[in-house]
Order: sequence, then C-alpha cells, then structure tokens
Amino acid sequence: MSDVIIKLEGITREYVMGSERVLALRGVDLEIRRNEYVAIMGPSGSGKSTMMNMLGCLDTPSGGRYWLNGHEASQMKDDELARVRNKEIGFVFQTFNLLARATALANVELPLVYAGASGRDRRRRAEQALERVGLGERMHHKPNELSGGQRQRVAIARALVNNPSILLADEPTGNLDSTTSEEIMRVFGALHSQGQTVVIVTHEPDIAAHAHRVVVLRDGRVDSDRATPPRATGVAA
Amino acid sequence: MPFFEAVRLALSSIRAQKLKSFFSLVGVLIGVTFLIAVVSIVQGMNVYMTDTFAGALIGVNTFQVRQQPNFNMGNTSDEQQREWRRRPRISIEDAAYVTTHMTTPVVIARSGYDRIAVEWRGKTAKDITLNTVDAEFFTIKHWNIAEGRAFTPQEVAANASVVVLGWELAQRLFNGRDPLGQTVSIAGLPHRVIGIVAEQGNVFGMSMDKFIVTPITSPARRLTNRPHVIDDIQVQATNPLQMHAAIDEVRALMRVRRGLKPGTADNFYIETAESALSTWDQISKVLFLALPGLVGISLVVGGIVIMNIMLMAVVERTREIGIRKALGAKRSDIMAQFVVESATLSVTGAVLGIGAGIALAFTVRALTPLPAAVAPWSIGVGVGLGVLVGVVAGVYPARQASRMDPIIALGHE
Repeated sequence: MSDVIIKLEGITREYVMGSERVLALRGVDLEIRRNEYVAIMGPSGSGKSTMMNMLGCLDTPSGGRYWLNGHEASQMKDDELARVRNKEIGFVFQTFNLLARATALANVELPLVYAGASGRDRRRRAEQALERVGLGERMHHKPNELSGGQRQRVAIARALVNNPSILLADEPTGNLDSTTSEEIMRVFGALHSQGQTVVIVTHEPDIAAHAHRVVVLRDGRVDSDRATPPRATGVAA
Repeated sequence: MPFFEAVRLALSSIRAQKLKSFFSLVGVLIGVTFLIAVVSIVQGMNVYMTDTFAGALIGVNTFQVRQQPNFNMGNTSDEQQREWRRRPRISIEDAAYVTTHMTTPVVIARSGYDRIAVEWRGKTAKDITLNTVDAEFFTIKHWNIAEGRAFTPQEVAANASVVVLGWELAQRLFNGRDPLGQTVSIAGLPHRVIGIVAEQGNVFGMSMDKFIVTPITSPARRLTNRPHVIDDIQVQATNPLQMHAAIDEVRALMRVRRGLKPGTADNFYIETAESALSTWDQISKVLFLALPGLVGISLVVGGIVIMNIMLMAVVERTREIGIRKALGAKRSDIMAQFVVESATLSVTGAVLGIGAGIALAFTVRALTPLPAAVAPWSIGVGVGLGVLVGVVAGVYPARQASRMDPIIALGHE
C-alpha cells in the first residue's frame, strides 16, 4: 500500500446562501503521507474550516476527488462516511466536545461503542489511551472536574482510541492558555514521534511552528505548501 | 450500538432530568394506572360477585322459583315488566305440588319477605327484612346460630309465634342484654326470640345482619303476603349436577301444575346465582369495552407529550448528536438512541402506572368490600403499551436527530 494517506484532487466546495453561491474551496490539490505532521493555516474565510470538514469526512466535496487511505471518500454515502470517521479519523476540537454527563473513560469509549467493540475490550483500550495521554489517574472524573488541558487530553485519548489513520485537530489550543497549549502540543509531538499522522488546522503561527509542514490556504486555494525546519519539541522558546 | 448500551444511556438521560422526565411520562402513567386499576377492580368484582354475592344472597347449589327476577340490575323494557306483573304469584299450592312430586333429592323451603319495623320496649329498629319461612330455610342459608336455636318444622306446623334475629338487629334492639326469651313486636304482633344468627357482614355495603325470621305460619306472615301466596320456593340440591336435574324437574312440575301447553313460555322465573350474575356479566363487558377507549385517550395524550419532550431533547442535545456523529455514529445509531430513550421513558411511566394501579386497586380493597384482584395479563399489556407508545412517539424526533448535519450540529451552541 502506498504511503499516501490523504490525496485531494481538484477539490471544490460550493455553498448556496440565499440567492448567492459561495465557493469555499476552488480546486485544492494536496497529498499527505503517513506519519507527516502538517499544519493547515490561513486567515478566516480562506476555506480552512471547510477543508477540515472535508478531510474529516464530515462534508463531501462539490467537485474533485478525495482518497483517504486508498478509499475514495468523495463518493461515499452517509453511513460509509460515519464508518470512515469512526475508523480512520480522530477528531480533536477547539471546544473539546466531550459529553458533559459522561466520565473521561466513558467519553474515550464512545468511538469504540460505534465500532461495535465489546464492553471489556472498550474499557481496556480506553484505559490504555488515557494512560498514553497521561490521564490514567483521572479516568473516572467528569469533564467539569477536569482542567482545560486535561479535558483536551481526554479528547486526544478519545481521538486515538480506535487507532485512526489521521489525527485531525481543529484549533486544539484555541481555548487554552499558553502554558497548557505548549503541554498539549508536546502530546501531539510525542504521538507524531510514535508514528501517528497529525493534521492541525490553526491560525496561530506559534502552533503551526510545531508541525513539519505548513500548508497555507487563501481564498479557497493552496497558497503555499512548505516544509518547516524541525523544531525540538519540549524546549520552551 | 448495542441495545443494552442504548437503554443504559436512556436511563442516565432520564435520571439527569428527573422532574422533566416525570412530567413527560405522566400521561402514560395515568393511562396504565387506569388500565391496571379498572381491570383489577372488575376482576375483583367478578370474584366477589361469584363467591360472596351469589353465595350469600342466593346460596350454593340453590335456586328460587319466583314470579319475576329478584336481582335485575340491567334495563328491562316496560313491556317485559308488565308481562312479569301479569303472571300469577307463587302459591302455597304450587309449593306443595312441587314438594310432593320431586324425585331429585332436594331441600325445599317456602319463603316470603318484606321490609318492616321491629319494636322492643319502646325501641324501634326500622328497615328490617322480615323472612317468613319454613324451618328448612336455615339449612339452605347455611346460617350459623350464635345463640339459642333455629325454629323447628314442628313449630312451623304449630303456627308458633317465635323469631330468630339477625346479629345487627339483636345488637340494635337489645344492646348487650340477653334477647333470648324476650318478646319483640312486629307491627304490633308479639313474637318470642329463640335464637340469634351469627354475624355475616356486608355485601356492597349493605348489612346482611338486619333481618328477622319467623315461621311461614306465624302471625307475622300476613305482613309479607296475602293468604296462600308466597314470594318464592327455595330449592337446594346436593351438588351442581343434581342442581341442573332439580331445575329441570321443578320447571316441568310447575308447567304441569299451571297447565302450560308445550311451546308456551314459562309464567314463572327460576333464579339461580348464574342468572343473577348475567346482569353483572353485561356490566363488566361494558366496562371492558369502554376501557380501551379511556386508556387509549390517556396513552395518545401521553405519546404526544413524550414526542414533544423528545423533540425538545433533540434540539437541546444537538451538539451531543454532532459529537456522536463525528465519532462515527451512523444514522441508525442516533435513531436507535432516541427511540430507545423514548421507549424507556414511556416504559418507566408504564411501570410506575402499574405500581400506582395496583396501589389504587389495593386501596379500593382496603376501603370497600370489593376484593380487587390484579390480573397478571394486565401487567403484561401495560408494559407492552408502554413500549408501543414510546416507540411510536420516538420515531419522528429520532428521525430528526439522525438526519442532522454533523457540521451544523457541532457548531450549535
């Protein structure tokens, strides 16, 4: 199997807002390989969010083709997309998006519930994922009993628990202070060094600087795509 | 998503909002309470009617030959009533004819009755049932004598002015003093008290102990009927099989005695516990026919309430739906989650309703003489209806939830 995990070919996305047609993406070509660490940047209105939804299979393109891990996602129907989101993608959101009433453990188990894993298997894998992000001690706490950084770690554990092809983070530090942000970025760095493919959508250069490749979008097109000098993770600037 | 997982999730949602959940399932609760309570009470009535009512008022393996029905709870046409009144009364001669010609082993007693007042030393007990009967009446009624004795066939033959009192009447008139040997006055006619019948209690709240019994030949007999006329011939067979034979034989004898031609209707009425209960059967049938309508209305209302609550829940939990979809929940998973939640809500209501219904039935049993009997099938029907209402009410909201666009749902505040 090829090393290419994500392949976008002439992706367009058009929205109809009232009588107006808005082109959010105007033909994007992009390839991301296994174990790359990519930041997608761009000013607001550049198509960043649409790109993120597209990559995460929450949305389908109006034109062009998208292959994810060898499968053409641009042709998939609702249930297939749900399956792909479950197996191939691990989402990390700006607002954490944890279920408030459920414990950290139950939140992390959720993707496995939809994957049809047995209760015992779910619990074991969720515990492992939480230990991986350093939250082994707090797995029975509810989100409101955890700090922002801890919540985001729970979200990362949830994203990892089903061994996805890509970890897709949307402004993962947007709601965190700078110290906690660094802490979370160290987690991403560690996961990347363990072989995880990581894609981060952000508008913050500081955050993008952790990635090894930065793709800048402007007006729905790829404006620049360059490798950045690897920065030693864990060293404060 | 596994079913068990969905139920667990639903229960935690219900627990999270106890008060709201309670109000949303009140409709189903009332419907099922109604179902259980009415069925229990009607079933209890059935048992009561068959055992107590029929047993106490008519007697076991006993029937009565009468001019017209005594227990007639239903509607009777005017024409039917006129026909009943035109019939000849039962006469002493009818009774004698039947008694002498019967071959089936039976106990026979002639009987007449009326409402009268009984007086003793200036104290008056009103609204007392006077029974003027043969001595065999005591055997037929299975009465226990608490004090003294019943009167004998010899006393009947001798036109003795003796009486046996019902328990309550004895209490009322004598208030603790010994009534035996005292002379009570029935419409001015003196009769000597020789016995008291043991307490029997109430049927439908009516005391079964407010009576006085005299020989059918005593002076008081003129208060119940004209000479040669009685109200009924009471016939008791030894077992149910013999009873049917006895009924057939009595009917045949009465027809011969009255010279009825074949093909003409009887001009007398044979009342059995069964025939007295036929009216009750009709009443309980009507109740059981009306029940589905009443329960149905509550359940429809309950279903609409649950549907609205679920629609609100879907809106409130839009973000949760978005998260679940992002993590790989299929439409069918979301659909199942909300249908199961709705069904769980409704079944919870049904279970509470079953509890309330049983409690209501037992309250009725405690406060009235009706022995409510909970029918196991009604509990099954209650739970089944709960599931049905919940699923039907949940489908539309669940569909709305399952069709949400995950991007819009995730952006929802």
